[in-house]
Amino acid sequence: MTDATTENAAFFVRRETLPQEAAPLSVAGPLAWVRANLFSGPVNTILTLVCAYIVVTSLPEIIRFYFLDAVWTGSNRDACLAEKVGRPVGACWAYVADRFQYFVYGSYPVTQRWRVNIVFAMFALGVVWLLWNNAPLKKLGAFFFFVLLPISAYILLLGGPGAQNLLRYLIIATVALAGVYMVLSFAPSLLGFYTGAAQLAVEHELPPWKRFYRPKRLILMALVAFGLIAILDQSIGLPRVDTGLWGGMTVTFLIAAVGIVFSLPLGVVLALGRRSRLPIIQLLSVIFIEFVRGVPLITVLFMANTMLPLFVPQEWSPDRLLRPLVGVALFAAAYMAEVIRGGLQAIPKGQYEGAMSLGLGYWNMMRLIILPQALRIVIPGIVNTFIGLFKDTTLVTIVGIFDFLRTIEATLVDPTWATPTTRATGYAFAAIFYFLCCWGMSRYSISVERRLAAGQRR
Amino acid sequence: MNRTVTAVVATGLMLCTAGAAQAQTTTLAQVKNRGQLNCGVSPGLAGFGVPDAQGKWTGLDVDLCRAIAAAIFNDPSKVKYVPLSSKDRFTALQAGEVDLLSRTSTWTMSRDTALGLSFSTVNYYDGQAFMVRKKLGVDSALKLGGASICTQQGTTTELNLADFFRINNIKYEVVAFNTGDETIKAYEAGRCDAFSDDSSALYAQRLKFEAPDEHIVLPEIISKEPLGPVVRSSDTQWFNLVKWSHFAMLNAEELGITKANADEQVKSTNPEVRRLLGVEGKFGEAIGLSADWAYRIVKQVGNYGESFEANVGSGSILKIARGKNALWTKGGLQYAPPVR
Repeated sequence: MTDATTENAAFFVRRETLPQEAAPLSVAGPLAWVRANLFSGPVNTILTLVCAYIVVTSLPEIIRFYFLDAVWTGSNRDACLAEKVGRPVGACWAYVADRFQYFVYGSYPVTQRWRVNIVFAMFALGVVWLLWNNAPLKKLGAFFFFVLLPISAYILLLGGPGAQNLLRYLIIATVALAGVYMVLSFAPSLLGFYTGAAQLAVEHELPPWKRFYRPKRLILMALVAFGLIAILDQSIGLPRVDTGLWGGMTVTFLIAAVGIVFSLPLGVVLALGRRSRLPIIQLLSVIFIEFVRGVPLITVLFMANTMLPLFVPQEWSPDRLLRPLVGVALFAAAYMAEVIRGGLQAIPKGQYEGAMSLGLGYWNMMRLIILPQALRIVIPGIVNTFIGLFKDTTLVTIVGIFDFLRTIEATLVDPTWATPTTRATGYAFAAIFYFLCCWGMSRYSISVERRLAAGQRR
Repeated sequence: MNRTVTAVVATGLMLCTAGAAQAQTTTLAQVKNRGQLNCGVSPGLAGFGVPDAQGKWTGLDVDLCRAIAAAIFNDPSKVKYVPLSSKDRFTALQAGEVDLLSRTSTWTMSRDTALGLSFSTVNYYDGQAFMVRKKLGVDSALKLGGASICTQQGTTTELNLADFFRINNIKYEVVAFNTGDETIKAYEAGRCDAFSDDSSALYAQRLKFEAPDEHIVLPEIISKEPLGPVVRSSDTQWFNLVKWSHFAMLNAEELGITKANADEQVKSTNPEVRRLLGVEGKFGEAIGLSADWAYRIVKQVGNYGESFEANVGSGSILKIARGKNALWTKGGLQYAPPVR
């Protein structure tokens, strides 16, 4: 009995490992993914079904309207009229193609549009330079974007005697500055009476052409930029283009760029002011922030463009485009200040005390210790304000400025392209434009956040 | 402290006097000094003021701005167009931001008398009208008994409807919407039998329909909407200049002077033509211009008929008939006093 059992007992000893099997369908693979993500419970199942129904019913219609039935070429409304074409007509992209120039430049004179193109190219160069992480010479890039670009854009876009005079003075000033540095390169001891001895010693060790390398680089770049513009001015000429003629994406980007570039530093100053212990500065900051936040942007714009001319003599009233530019920038600055104040409040007191115990003064403490941490915390809030600002630029239409959205609306009333589908096409185009810009901003901010948070990842 | 206050007050006074000194120079002198005419236009209205593919402004109202620039500078392009919404148009004119408003503004008593502004003339006689489907078989607004009518909320359009139907003792039903777009969509979707708006707007809206030919505009005009250029009341010379620029275009049409034949007409023996074109007399001087001011307008912009046909009439997509805007000699209301 015992023998038999021992003999028959099927002792099984596996001598080699089994080939690895794929995970069962219920935990891996597409089916499991679908179960886990789409049908994980009764509520999610219902939501999935509802969404699927919406997609299935609307998507084919959207594709049909915007792509399959769309009209891509044509020169006037006849191309997009069903009875003229003899088939159902969807989106009239021919209209967008025909008016594209107008959407970009507004009423800017056709023969002068190359000036806008140059500014666009400079803007793109500056953006890539600053936003691309591994780009070389970042400080030079910042100088280009925040100093050279605004001045060049002003001279190029506006033109006329005023801008030409400014260009002349700038060139003279830059050349003079270059001369000063040239002299200093050969005799750096001249600088001795106000520069620290250590800095001077370093410069003394270098050969003359390498001394003061950084400031010379900036001056050289400014000279090249102003020189090129001066050459353009001499050869082709830069007649004045009144701001009333500016429009389209040019104006949208201009307002957004001015708002973004000015609101951030101004917001930092206001936020610091609001947390300052100096009562007058604190009071002024609080009044400004609360006053601006207390009124809608439309009110600010109306005040600027409708009321202001009643108060000041005509010759003194600022340009019709400048007024909303300033208004938008101040408005965004107040919001930015509150966002940044949130970041400042999140910094533990120990950081301030640590900085002070290192002997840093107020500004160095803020610049080197507090703000870098505070700003990193509030990146989502800052970008949120930027995106909001970018979309708020459309409000300038109500004071008669032709931003991108307004140029689309202006073409919608034009009988040349009056068709049943023009409106849907125009607004779809606007939606694509605004979505791409805002989405790009938010994606970039996410990548910056990841990069700056590297130290906090475990 | 006292000194600061004094300084502030003094600066304020200086500003005021500077402003007053500014106001004393005539509008014409300011325009000439500036080198361009600031013209307030509609921010986009088919046929009256609309930017084309190059962004150039075109339209019947825009042509009046160009005519005035031609009369002053001999160059119709010396105009800065300031698009103004209906909210800020009058303030912009009062504040001196624009020299004139050529922006389909209806001439009403309160606007003419209470705002410090003056309507100089009527360059388009508009009025409220009805659009219906052809298949409804209605050929007159008086046959709209029991009809439902789509219109925009809170406008004079709604009030005019009430007046018209009460006077004629007809039953009707108003379906009002918040925006012009909603109204038009509702009418097209068959929500109501008729759609009511200014007649010039009806023609522009009709182009956006799936099948424009299935709709007609009824002949009745139930309200008066005289549209014309507006100037500040304080400057009579400028008021006359604007008024007579329009009259010059009308007189040119009446006398058969066109853009194309203006140069030949200068040699004409007709005394009326000779006076208008400045060959005889110096009528331009009283409005601060040279004798051939009207010649420059016709030569560079054209007469009223040409402008009308090119912007809203048969030469345009709108195809609005002259109707009330025909010359008085052809049964219309456009009538210009003679140049003499």
